[in-house]
Amino acid sequence: MAILLDKATRLLVQGLTGREGAFHAGQAAAYGTTIVGGVTPGKGGTMQGEWPIFNTVAEAVRETGANASVIFVPPAFAADAIMEAADAGLGLVVCITEGIPTLDMMRVLAFLEGGPSRLIGPNCPGLISPGKGKAGIIPGHICREGRVGIVSKSGTLTYEAIHSLTGLGIGQSTCVGIGGDQLIGTSFIDALTLFARDAETDAVVMIGEIGGTAEEEAAAFIRQSFKKPVVGFIAGQTAPPGRRMGHAGAIIAGGQGTAAEKVAALTAAGVTVVRSPDEIGPAIAARL
Amino acid sequence: MKIHEYQAKAILSRHGVPVPAGEVAFTPAEALEIAQRLGGGRVVVKAQIHAGGRGKGGGVKLARSPEEAERIARAMIGMRLVTHQTGPEGRTVSRVLVESGLEMTRELYFGLVVDRAARCPVLMASPDGGVDIEAVAEQTPERILKEYVRPAVGLMPFQARKLAFALGLDGAQAQKASKLMASVYEAFLQTDASLIEINPLVLTAAGDLLALDAKMTFDDSALGRHPDLRELRDLGEEDPLEVEASKYSLNYIRLDGSIGCMVNGAGLAMATMDVIKLAGGAPANFLDVGGGANAEQIRNAFKILMSDGNVRAVLINVFGGILRCDILAQGVVAAVKELHVRVPIVVRMEGTNVAEGKRILSESGFRFATADTMGEAAKKVVELAHQPPPAA
Repeated sequence: MAILLDKATRLLVQGLTGREGAFHAGQAAAYGTTIVGGVTPGKGGTMQGEWPIFNTVAEAVRETGANASVIFVPPAFAADAIMEAADAGLGLVVCITEGIPTLDMMRVLAFLEGGPSRLIGPNCPGLISPGKGKAGIIPGHICREGRVGIVSKSGTLTYEAIHSLTGLGIGQSTCVGIGGDQLIGTSFIDALTLFARDAETDAVVMIGEIGGTAEEEAAAFIRQSFKKPVVGFIAGQTAPPGRRMGHAGAIIAGGQGTAAEKVAALTAAGVTVVRSPDEIGPAIAARL
Repeated sequence: MKIHEYQAKAILSRHGVPVPAGEVAFTPAEALEIAQRLGGGRVVVKAQIHAGGRGKGGGVKLARSPEEAERIARAMIGMRLVTHQTGPEGRTVSRVLVESGLEMTRELYFGLVVDRAARCPVLMASPDGGVDIEAVAEQTPERILKEYVRPAVGLMPFQARKLAFALGLDGAQAQKASKLMASVYEAFLQTDASLIEINPLVLTAAGDLLALDAKMTFDDSALGRHPDLRELRDLGEEDPLEVEASKYSLNYIRLDGSIGCMVNGAGLAMATMDVIKLAGGAPANFLDVGGGANAEQIRNAFKILMSDGNVRAVLINVFGGILRCDILAQGVVAAVKELHVRVPIVVRMEGTNVAEGKRILSESGFRFATADTMGEAAKKVVELAHQPPPAA
């Protein structure tokens, strides 16, 4: 089963004619993902390798039957691209782009409200359902099919978690990078809700970082209604307050968003919080 | 990006927010002239640095005459101002704001930020202005009033009125406050601000509302469409190594420990700092070289790390997903050779072509320590950092 992405996914790549888009589309196709085409305004009617390029998402959906999109367009155009994908009725929209202005994302989220599209990201590595397919940049060869879900604000820590699990022979159902920006489409709670319903996910790894209160909200949700075991890691225990640690959203501001608060909330909710990414695999093994 | 108070006031003033009459001075002579232009009466001289708490540190002074303003400016310009936000090293004052003195009857607080959970801007107002608002938020959170703005319609007049009357303003004052809030909201949208704070917002004896202090920060991701705002960046307020790193598009933050870190990915970079601390050491920096780090970026990163005299050992921690470990290893060896790096280096890499990467390191002729896990790498680098440095 997995969540969000499986063998029925027909993926469109917005920005397929760019360097990043072309490279990662090739990787995803090699992994077995069904990629149906690309969208680059002004290049409609041309081909990128074996894939047809369309001027608009609506046209691409009409012609290819796409039901999901992954976005590799520059930050100045990414908000518009997300809204175009939603307007075309795509159920899953994954935005990899880093550096989208916050006020642009605010408008995007207002635009998406009440609609059928789920946005993953932006500023994220996307997602992968091992053995089924991927949308984004998570390397397929480190994954293994299995029954542990991963949801993470950080790209490389997602890879670390996968590596830690795979090394112990523990496979993954779906790994979702939700992104480290202030405003994102899919929250920890959204992903946990999907994992709760997925009969093929037995446990979840949740990777958070300093900034905001999403981890605390997830902790409250886990305590109230999430029944599967959760292993957590929070990056930024040693981050100084007031400084933005790489990700736009990773900042302790006004005394809020510290790692200590998040670790405490998750621990109180029954989550096994580990102190180093190395310990993720063993902790999951102990909880399965 | 942060800007100075005088710059924030100029922007707010252009959007219709009343501010005291004043100008910035870079020399005592300019301060004298400005004070004279302001009528020759009482003025306030305010040190301009990117940090709060200036008053307590001696960075805000009242002058009764232009001559006194000149004297104060002479003492202030060039001084190192230490506040609770600057750290013990303080900041050098390069300019002062000279402003007309005001008779005020009340000090209020007004702020505007994007609320992450609510996914929209939130206006905050408090009757307790002029003090540290974080303390108010902690001790008496009920004294901070909030109004959430729906992005589709923007700030509505009723929301501004609700806040104004809750602050205890009378009808005429509330009307002025509502207009001021609308102006601030407009400035927020126009400039892609991430924070606007007016603390205090003062009510004068004449019944006027003015922004006595103002703080604005901008969304770094939006600066591309605001060339005018980019001009306001003051490199003197930033760490020189951070400025240098930003030229190479390296995400670098200087800290005060002894272990230099070079990592791909922001989350992993933070986690690397954490495991160093866990192993009993202290990170010298946060450094994310990015997902597609090449030999050039690795050399640049080494240059920055080696410019920090506190660095006694380096930990390179890379998960090669897209980035191949053999390419990384070649880059590290080339940089160490070219830059004559002397401090011990621990490399922990994992992922694509890791065996080939390790072979390149071990056959390079340099003494790299390698580790398979982050925990082991941290332990090794902490040990190496605590050993006496080799004789030159």
